[in-house]
Amino acid sequence: MSRVRLLVGTRKGAFILTSDGTRKQWDVNGPHFGGWEMYHLKGSPADPNRLYASQTSGWFGQVIQRSDDGGKTWNTPDGAPIPTSGPDGTPQGVSNKFVYDTSPGTGKPLTTHQWYDGTQRPWEFKRVWHLEPSLTDPDTVYAGVEDAALFRSSDGGQTWQELPELRGAKGHLWQPGAGGMCLHTILLDRNHPERIFIAISAAGVFRTDDAGKTWRPMNRGLKSQYELPDSDAEVGHCVHRIAMHPSRPNVLFMQKHWDVMRSDDAGESWHEVSGNLPTDFGFPIEVHAHQPDTIYVVPIKSDSEHFPPDGKLRVYRSRTGGNEWEALTKGLPQRDCYVNVLRDAMTVDSLDPCGLYFGTTGGQVYASADAGDSWAPIVRDLPAVFSVEVQTLP
Amino acid sequence: MIRVVLPAHLRTLARVDGEVKLEVEGPVTQRSVLDALEARYPMLRGTIRDHVTQRRRPFVRFFACEEDLSHESPDVPLPDAVATGVEPLFIVGAMAGG
Repeated sequence: MSRVRLLVGTRKGAFILTSDGTRKQWDVNGPHFGGWEMYHLKGSPADPNRLYASQTSGWFGQVIQRSDDGGKTWNTPDGAPIPTSGPDGTPQGVSNKFVYDTSPGTGKPLTTHQWYDGTQRPWEFKRVWHLEPSLTDPDTVYAGVEDAALFRSSDGGQTWQELPELRGAKGHLWQPGAGGMCLHTILLDRNHPERIFIAISAAGVFRTDDAGKTWRPMNRGLKSQYELPDSDAEVGHCVHRIAMHPSRPNVLFMQKHWDVMRSDDAGESWHEVSGNLPTDFGFPIEVHAHQPDTIYVVPIKSDSEHFPPDGKLRVYRSRTGGNEWEALTKGLPQRDCYVNVLRDAMTVDSLDPCGLYFGTTGGQVYASADAGDSWAPIVRDLPAVFSVEVQTLP
Repeated sequence: MIRVVLPAHLRTLARVDGEVKLEVEGPVTQRSVLDALEARYPMLRGTIRDHVTQRRRPFVRFFACEEDLSHESPDVPLPDAVATGVEPLFIVGAMAGG
């Protein structure tokens, strides 16, 4: 029977939740890396025992962790003693070293971006928000970081190189959102191995079709009238999350700061599909594993009130690719609930029926084994949940 | 023999219990001690001082002999008691967060 493994990142450690295919009884393992902020953990589609984790601390900075046995044991990818310097004297094999590319080969010194007060600031690395393993190679993994940039490792996380051309896509106009200027979403396209979509708060969506050599903003159709002086600017939009179904990679769904959006042409243009949602502010958006037009969001009251409307925690499902939404409430608290669900904290498994999972800033992780019709908490009292990923295992 | 006391999270990361004991060649300074520490425990690189600038991370402090040495130049010799192993160098996560 198939199994599922949930990888949960929280403000004070990581947890691994496992169940068989019924998804009724769960084992809870953790905390791993207790006391550290675990922004994201994700498994390799090519080798489910290979997991990557982003471990951060306001005191001690960034650490990358890797497991080769499905989360039983973890190591920093360069944990063994290694040569301390290369031919040019630079430290080698440092798995938590994220240095922006300023080499002449890119034709650019370190560039600057907009700061809150409108001045320009140089890029400064803060943390890894999101790790996206390659679809085909367990040793290749992408990292979306704050200040927003995309890094890639092709040696299992031992060393990281920036794909610096991304910052050339009008990077001087990017600006931090309230959570920082983070590259939080990385979508890989199984049909076009050199195509990558990324999303940044607050810059927008960008796409490369040549494995990162060139990038284009993909924000036509987005309107941010309360956030930008030019509401349909080419960059600067606060995109919270984008999602695709692997069988239909030209169709993208977006939860923007305000507005739920859809693109049918690989991001070339977007149109709003918020429809009858009670509020179109929110963070995560996900696509059903087997129904490419069934999508899920968690409406949040507003950008200044990061909690559900009316104290009712409701997932909304559209079976029509947007516009027509239904509230999913069975098993979720329908009074006095004032938690948030962050952008990386919802995911779907690939069992049938499709399973959905999300974590809250109140420390609950909810699961549905019937595509959202009903829900039950797996755990109720974890630290604030930053991220939830699921692996469907044979 | 130089004795170094790491904060709990870095002991976990480096997989050590108690004090770390290091051999340091030449002058015993913050820099030479951290160089030796990071050579022994590569996973600690970047967690105490920045990878590129080699400057102390803002919320990390260096204490020894009841003194805060955090703002000393990294090349100033550490106290004799540290250099001779009588006293340890404390690497501390600063109080922050309430």
